[in-house]
Amino acid sequence: MDGLLTDLDVIRKDFPILERRVANDLPLVYLDSANTSQKPQVVIDAMVDQLENHNANIARAMHTLGAESTYAFEAARDKVAAFLNAPSRDEVIFTKNASEALNLVARTFPLGPGDRVVITEMEHHSNIVPWQLATERAGAELRWFGLTDEGELDLSNIDELLTPGTKVVALTWVSNMLGTINPVAEIARRAHEVGAVVVLDASQAAPQLPVDVQAVEADFVAFTGHKVTGPTGIGVLWGRTELLDSLPPFLGGGEMIATVSMEKSTWAPIPHKFEAGTPPIVEAIGLGAAIDYISHVGLDRIHAHEQAITGYLLDGLASVSGVRVLGPLDPTRRGGAVAFELAGVHPHDVAQLLDSRGIAVRAGHHCAKPAHKRFGVQSSTRASSYLYTTPAEIDALVEGLEFTKNYFKVG
Amino acid sequence: MDLDSLYQEIILDHYRNPHHAGLRDPFEAEVHHVNPTCGDEVTLRVHLAEDGTVRDVSYDAEGCSISQASASVMTDLVIGKQLSEALDTHGVFLELMQGKGQVEPDEEVLEDGIAFAGVAKFPARVKCALLSWMAFKDAALQASSKEETHA
Repeated sequence: MDGLLTDLDVIRKDFPILERRVANDLPLVYLDSANTSQKPQVVIDAMVDQLENHNANIARAMHTLGAESTYAFEAARDKVAAFLNAPSRDEVIFTKNASEALNLVARTFPLGPGDRVVITEMEHHSNIVPWQLATERAGAELRWFGLTDEGELDLSNIDELLTPGTKVVALTWVSNMLGTINPVAEIARRAHEVGAVVVLDASQAAPQLPVDVQAVEADFVAFTGHKVTGPTGIGVLWGRTELLDSLPPFLGGGEMIATVSMEKSTWAPIPHKFEAGTPPIVEAIGLGAAIDYISHVGLDRIHAHEQAITGYLLDGLASVSGVRVLGPLDPTRRGGAVAFELAGVHPHDVAQLLDSRGIAVRAGHHCAKPAHKRFGVQSSTRASSYLYTTPAEIDALVEGLEFTKNYFKVG
Repeated sequence: MDLDSLYQEIILDHYRNPHHAGLRDPFEAEVHHVNPTCGDEVTLRVHLAEDGTVRDVSYDAEGCSISQASASVMTDLVIGKQLSEALDTHGVFLELMQGKGQVEPDEEVLEDGIAFAGVAKFPARVKCALLSWMAFKDAALQASSKEETHA
């Protein structure tokens, strides 16, 4: 199969959990990586090493361990900056997840009555709800791009949506439900023509595509650590320096100040202005190790692998009667998360039956209720691959779906 | 994992042929409950007679086999009962579902509901089984307080 990682066997050995046996001693078939990715040994080791040998608080402890921890934490910031091709490391702000990163922008970006924020119908709830809250608070207007039947953004009314009153265009780079890869550079160009800033949710893009914030001319980019083989509890907001400098603080507290008196405080320069309190130190170091790991494999190679596996998955699903895939059917135009319906069997039941065969998928609305509604479904089953996914695992899924149909006596 | 302990034949029967499905008049209370984690939904109406009998429970539910079958079994168990007795049955079913598979189901009280004993061993599915029961309790109490106001 063209595009598959040639050293797939070696890569799988990097992920100890893939040795797990579940469901009466069957090998784990983990097809829920869009939900969270598995972790390679190097990430686990980096976090354990930090806890065992270097643990201290950062940026304040005047001792050896404090210096080591600070160095490791800030080294992780350098790694993230390089990973995103950020012009400056100070533009990388650590948050606890992508939701917090998006909330940071939505909460601090100045909006007023009559301003407009444009999102899309395929957003994860984390890129819908913060903007609902922000526009309600400001008396601003929330609009969105709709979707075509093929699961792509409907840009036919872009001239009507992007007006001079549009201050923010916030959209996902890759859909977590439909898998669609959006033309973010083109949309950013159009948004900038009307003076809007562009906020990209790269939660699903960062794991599987080269993310270059300069190439797409983004203003803000959010992603989360745990989907790029890093730990939970760490996310990233990247933003352009002049924008981050102009925004007020998000959370107040330790480490984000320059000076504090009882009457008034002044703020630390970025990134620390947006990092109140003790940050997730171990998690940031784990994220740094994760970025080293996937960068070492190569994002271009991971992307090719994902496309190959996704193509094979789409072919496999097409062979099962009663399956309807939601989203683009061309593997070159989409990411590795594939949501589908199986006629006559509810997604919960599909997931349960698959789980009984050791196959982990996600069932539900995947935090994208509006996108489901757009396609007239309440929920779906989602299989999502990553750099460790094998064609044999896709075969197991397809067999599992036939087993499911048989069990429920459909088709 | 024992799939058949979860998907008892009784459950699959109710799933394929749900009893008392659809929304009907008259009713004193209507509620809409959702399972936020998966999006399963039920709209449910309760009609109480003046003597406190649960005269009708009608519903429109969208969800998995467990939640659909549970709604069907629940209506079988509560329609025609005194409200207090129906709420007692609710309590017994709730206890079974929250019993982590350790509670012996009482067939006298729960009838077809005993088929859900296996569901209690699947924590992710307990909410599915309870969705319509929680909606029933909510609607029944609303209907009952309305009756008292009118009386």
